[in-house]
Amino acid sequence: MKATIALAGNPNAGKTTFFNALTGARQHVGNYPGVTVEKKEGTCIHNSSEFNIVDLPGTYSLTAYSPEELVARDFIVKEKPGVVINIADASNLERNLYLTLQFKELGVPVCIALNMMDVAKKRGIEIDISKLSKLMQTPVIPTVARTGQGKTELMSQTDTIVRENKEVLPLEISYGDDIDPAIAEMEDAIIKRNFLTETYPAQWIALKYMENDEQIKSAGDSADADFSAMLDGIVKRVSDHTLATLDLYPEAIIADHRYGYIRSVIKQGVIKYRHNRNRLHISDKIDQVATNRFAGPLIMVAVIFALYHFTFTYSAMPVGWIEALFGWLGSVADANLADGMLKSLIISGVIDGVGGVMGFVPLIMFMFFGIALLEDSGYFARVAFMLDRVFRIFGLHGSSVMPFIISGGIAGGCAVPGVMATRTLKSPRERMATLLTVPFMNCGAKLPVFAVLVAAFFADNEAEVMLLITLIAWAGALSVAKLLRITVIKGPATPFVMELPPYRLPTFKGLAIHTWERTWQYIKKAGTIILGISIILWAMMTFPGLPNTESQKFDNMRKQLKAAALPSTILETDSISDNGKLSEPAKTLKEQLTALDSREAEAALKFSVAGRMGTALEFFSSWAGFDWRTNIALVGGFAAKEIVVSTLGTAYSLGAVDSEETGSLSEVLAKSPDWSPLTAFSLIVFMIFYAPCFVTIVSIIRESGSWKWGVFSMAFNTLLAFILATIVFQVGSALELLGG
Amino acid sequence: MLKLNMRQMEKNQSGVIAAIKAKGELGRRIRDMGLTPGTDIRVQGRAPLNDPVALRIMDFTLTLRNSEADYIEVEVYG
Repeated sequence: MKATIALAGNPNAGKTTFFNALTGARQHVGNYPGVTVEKKEGTCIHNSSEFNIVDLPGTYSLTAYSPEELVARDFIVKEKPGVVINIADASNLERNLYLTLQFKELGVPVCIALNMMDVAKKRGIEIDISKLSKLMQTPVIPTVARTGQGKTELMSQTDTIVRENKEVLPLEISYGDDIDPAIAEMEDAIIKRNFLTETYPAQWIALKYMENDEQIKSAGDSADADFSAMLDGIVKRVSDHTLATLDLYPEAIIADHRYGYIRSVIKQGVIKYRHNRNRLHISDKIDQVATNRFAGPLIMVAVIFALYHFTFTYSAMPVGWIEALFGWLGSVADANLADGMLKSLIISGVIDGVGGVMGFVPLIMFMFFGIALLEDSGYFARVAFMLDRVFRIFGLHGSSVMPFIISGGIAGGCAVPGVMATRTLKSPRERMATLLTVPFMNCGAKLPVFAVLVAAFFADNEAEVMLLITLIAWAGALSVAKLLRITVIKGPATPFVMELPPYRLPTFKGLAIHTWERTWQYIKKAGTIILGISIILWAMMTFPGLPNTESQKFDNMRKQLKAAALPSTILETDSISDNGKLSEPAKTLKEQLTALDSREAEAALKFSVAGRMGTALEFFSSWAGFDWRTNIALVGGFAAKEIVVSTLGTAYSLGAVDSEETGSLSEVLAKSPDWSPLTAFSLIVFMIFYAPCFVTIVSIIRESGSWKWGVFSMAFNTLLAFILATIVFQVGSALELLGG
Repeated sequence: MLKLNMRQMEKNQSGVIAAIKAKGELGRRIRDMGLTPGTDIRVQGRAPLNDPVALRIMDFTLTLRNSEADYIEVEVYG
């Protein structure tokens, strides 16, 4: 039988590196049911025994306060792994043993992998392995996860523990004279009553009641309310006493005694320091510059800029390849399929839709690689440390900065990796506020739309207007974050209490696995859903087709044009595709025919479901200055924001407009009597704030763990955008600003 | 020995934790990270805007917001 082994340990103790070393590529990532905590599983073969390895989330403790800690202890209690391998950082042993001690309290088979022995040695820390093992009553194997040193010994030890399958009793430690007798009393009563004892050890239940643990207490209330209330009574008696005499809750006293126990272990000669313990390490010296009052922010700006530059410069080429590939697929389909609905569906619905999503893949890969590098090296924690003071004002966390920047905080990112990057945030409320507001940033897909409008109406102040657009996006995002934090995601700030891990050189294997995992998740989820959505959008803009009488009119007009021309001219227009080689009359004819096609496309678009929606929405949208054409374009923008440009092109009878070449659309808008700079500005404001594109919404649903947040961001953002655009347009019109 | 609130401590000042007044989740987080009475700490630095504060404790660096440091009393050395 395949034994299950859990890997547990503090964050930054090298747990993931160890997991990668043990399982190699034989791993897969999922989610624990109901929470967004990642569940990583893999297989490891050692001496013909096969182990199922589960990488538990990194935690410092086993309280009921965070989903990570709950997941870790639920897994250990309920799945009963054969061994819990506790990865402990040898260069930071004292704090790492705090978690070890809590596994011992739980009475599960533990094996300590004393990791980072090389770092400890460099820092002059010597550890007496056999003494540590004896005092903690646990096998200890020294390891270096980066090089794989100690891996074999650890797995042999694990194998032995699984084979022996000895019963492990919970470790009894003293929590002081106030608490010990009460715990003994509760334990006896719990055993007699068989209260929750099928799942948890009796002593541990007593301890958790004393710690006021929400999860265990609610499990107790639903199992046996009277008995639970009796236990609560004992806890109340003890806590009244400790509050009166020491001004401390039992929970605090228990934590203090755990550290007291660890210190007594350490003091028995387990650790020897060859240097002064307070000596500055290399990491501390780097921090003296990297978090310095003046140099720190400058370095941070440089690093963020470099990340940006790296991502968007180097991903441009592969993005181009993928676009070319889908362009080629489109032309192959165009040449080989008969004109008609199927062709239109395959080209406009399937190829363009899937191509739009796949086009993001290289960008996402590069971005995640950069983020993994910053995360694994430890620099991310410094950014959070330096910027926390600013972001806290808006109910966010220092770690919120990266998702904002990635989403387009400096115009030109993408909200999809931005939303996914919120995973680095461990504070649930701050994380939610961040992931709901990052779509306001000006992603690369909104830029062509801004470019068209700015070129048409603000040509003299392009740079200033673009800067203004960026500032509006930031001000809006931070204000909305604050608004959300005092309404729907109300609640006190999650404690910041954060470790600044030592700087480390990331391993390439770790970076590659990290990057690929996230990219693959994006391809899988977004790829399937976006295909459906883009087919729906295609259908909305295609059906119902123009009625026969209407298309007949266009056909008649075509016939009239051709009837007026010479047969040789018609032959010429049909056979020569290069406009430059055409004679004057043939050129004119071709232009007239193309114009007619475009007018038919415009009429067809207006007649379609999307067109009717656009027309129906004019009643409201006119308040913000938008007509049916803009409305359809904005509906199309749900699929991907750059579609706004091409749809506006169709709606203004320009035929398909390439989002890279938008000059003609700018000219048309600038000349149109329906448009003024005020209309353009109102549309810009609407573009910044309205519903995120579908891929982003899918990511929001995934990352928040609920489809409700996806619906919320669609509805709330669109409403907000509409209100702001209406204010801009109405106030501007009333004051006759910007030609309104 | 001089007793100070951690917020008032200066860079490179060290001391031993005298009391932690935080309750609930914050109190538990602070203690879980090893900030228990009797532990030696040194202020390693502060963020550019003076908040949060970075501490050296045991063998690692811990950061706290000033509003969280308010709950911690330290007996300062020398």
